[in-house]
Amino acid sequence: MGRKLLLENIEKPDINTIDGYLKYGGYRSLDKVLKGMSPDEVTEEVKTSGLRGRGGAGFSTGLKWTFIDKSTDKPRYLLCNADESEPGTFKDRLLMEKNPHLLIEGMILSSYALGCNTAYIYIRGEYMFILRILERAIQEAYAKGFLGKNIQSSGFNLDLYVHPGAGAYICGEETALIESLEGKRGNPRIKPPFPAVSGLWDCPTIVNNVESIAAVVPIIMMGGAEYAKIGIGRSTGTKLISASGNINNPGVYEIEMGVPVEEFIYSDEYCGGIKGGLDIKACVPGGSSVPILPKSLLFKESNGSPRLMTYESLSEGGFQTGSMLGSGGFIVYDEQQCIVRNTWNFARFYHHESCGQCSPCREGTGWMERVLHNIEYGHGKEEDIDLLWDIQRRIEGNTICPLGDAAAWPVAAAIRHFRHEFEYHVKYPHRVKDADHVYQPEMKYQTI
Amino acid sequence: MNIQFSQESMSEINRVIGHFPPIRKKSALLPVLHIVQKESGWLSPEVMDKVAEILEIKPIEVYEVATFYSMYHTKPVGKYVIEVCQTGPCMICGADKTIAYIETKLGIKVGETTADGLFTLKTVECLGACGYAPMFQIGEQYYENLTEEKIDDIIRHLSSNANNI
Repeated sequence: MGRKLLLENIEKPDINTIDGYLKYGGYRSLDKVLKGMSPDEVTEEVKTSGLRGRGGAGFSTGLKWTFIDKSTDKPRYLLCNADESEPGTFKDRLLMEKNPHLLIEGMILSSYALGCNTAYIYIRGEYMFILRILERAIQEAYAKGFLGKNIQSSGFNLDLYVHPGAGAYICGEETALIESLEGKRGNPRIKPPFPAVSGLWDCPTIVNNVESIAAVVPIIMMGGAEYAKIGIGRSTGTKLISASGNINNPGVYEIEMGVPVEEFIYSDEYCGGIKGGLDIKACVPGGSSVPILPKSLLFKESNGSPRLMTYESLSEGGFQTGSMLGSGGFIVYDEQQCIVRNTWNFARFYHHESCGQCSPCREGTGWMERVLHNIEYGHGKEEDIDLLWDIQRRIEGNTICPLGDAAAWPVAAAIRHFRHEFEYHVKYPHRVKDADHVYQPEMKYQTI
Repeated sequence: MNIQFSQESMSEINRVIGHFPPIRKKSALLPVLHIVQKESGWLSPEVMDKVAEILEIKPIEVYEVATFYSMYHTKPVGKYVIEVCQTGPCMICGADKTIAYIETKLGIKVGETTADGLFTLKTVECLGACGYAPMFQIGEQYYENLTEEKIDDIIRHLSSNANNI
């Protein structure tokens, strides 16, 4: 059994109330900080912990904090990114729904470190029921003097608000999130300037994922050095993995970084193997944006050693043979799933979610969706496969924000590793045309 | 036409405006649109104009936002909007069958509303419930691990609710 830092008390029925949270040791990290740590010392602990952004990019949280511009008189803001929208990812939701005070305590600690007196939790609009849970918890925290003026007689003030989005994946990109919080369309901004210098209302702003902010609570409690002992190499601490797809036990798991991928899929402690006793075909280990890996590359790195659930091991081999840990959205495909259909599905998603600012993304995502739709429904041509490759190549790296890359990578990886399935669709259109294929894509592709 | 929102909505609107510095009223736009859509059912031009007036911004600033975000209805919808997640993980766990089942059951296609104005069927992208697929959302409520029996129950329940009003 791995150590649980974030989900330790998640099953306790009263953990969602402030009394329950306090009973299980809540707000002790805050007490520790307010009684004897300077803001810089808090930042230093987070740096020492090696915590890397849990939203997907994996950038050092502590280092990001040091970028905040302290040279201006403008107010500073902390924004929590609770826009969880990456297909395959549903971990932040569990934390906020079941243990809202963990995030609130993390927000107070982080705001203290950054010198923010106002902070917002930007939550996706579809999670309105969670917004209500958070607002209730925030009220409790105000009533107990953990929020508001002069918190626990420390002289530190913090107001915390929850703000709903309204259905836009792009608002998970930090500058789009800021635009959205300003009451605008979620169009990402060109960087630089980075939000740490000019973010919300042109003020210094830090945007962190829910899980990153929640992790600050145990980091302060145990100390950054102790936290850094968990995990392997530069992948420190624990990570929440959202497991979905054709597995026996879908759900959210907290793992110590470094669990072998094979163990994660087959152990009863985690995914519990493939549903219906089928074989595994592929896995998207870090949310829909990251490259899909076929079974042959999933369990072993190129030198033959086991592939592990870490930032480094999952990306070993680059995009030729590796993928990414991303947000930890772990989607498993059994042998009967159609990769073309899945790729088309994701392409449609990115087309739908493109904000429309940059032409390569706005036009390219729609083009890929149409070509993939044609192939999937038996109207594809041989040259369409190369066309797709060409389109994705021209999107990647040519857009303001990473949505373009996120749309290109799944298409590239699917063609790289499953070209035979695309060819099958083109060669045998009558076999993929029928309704059975649409609603029951239970075909085997090895028989080309 | 001069729209007036209910007192309840207005106090909620003023509460979210209070989350921001007085000169940043526009920041309250997204939550305010949620509040008035809940009351009005959808965002008509008149409703959006009223929001612009309240937040002291131009109507176009409201329209451009209302048409960008997928949760806002700029056309009338049924009393209950069934939003079925159709993205990857849900798809491989049966979302296509779920959609087809609801279409048959309600006698409408995706994007349509039942003749009695009760149900609108919509497909949406990832709702963050991948481990509990297939699923849909109606209003603020998530319905997960759906089966045909569960769908029957939900629709029956909502229909009888509506008939009792």
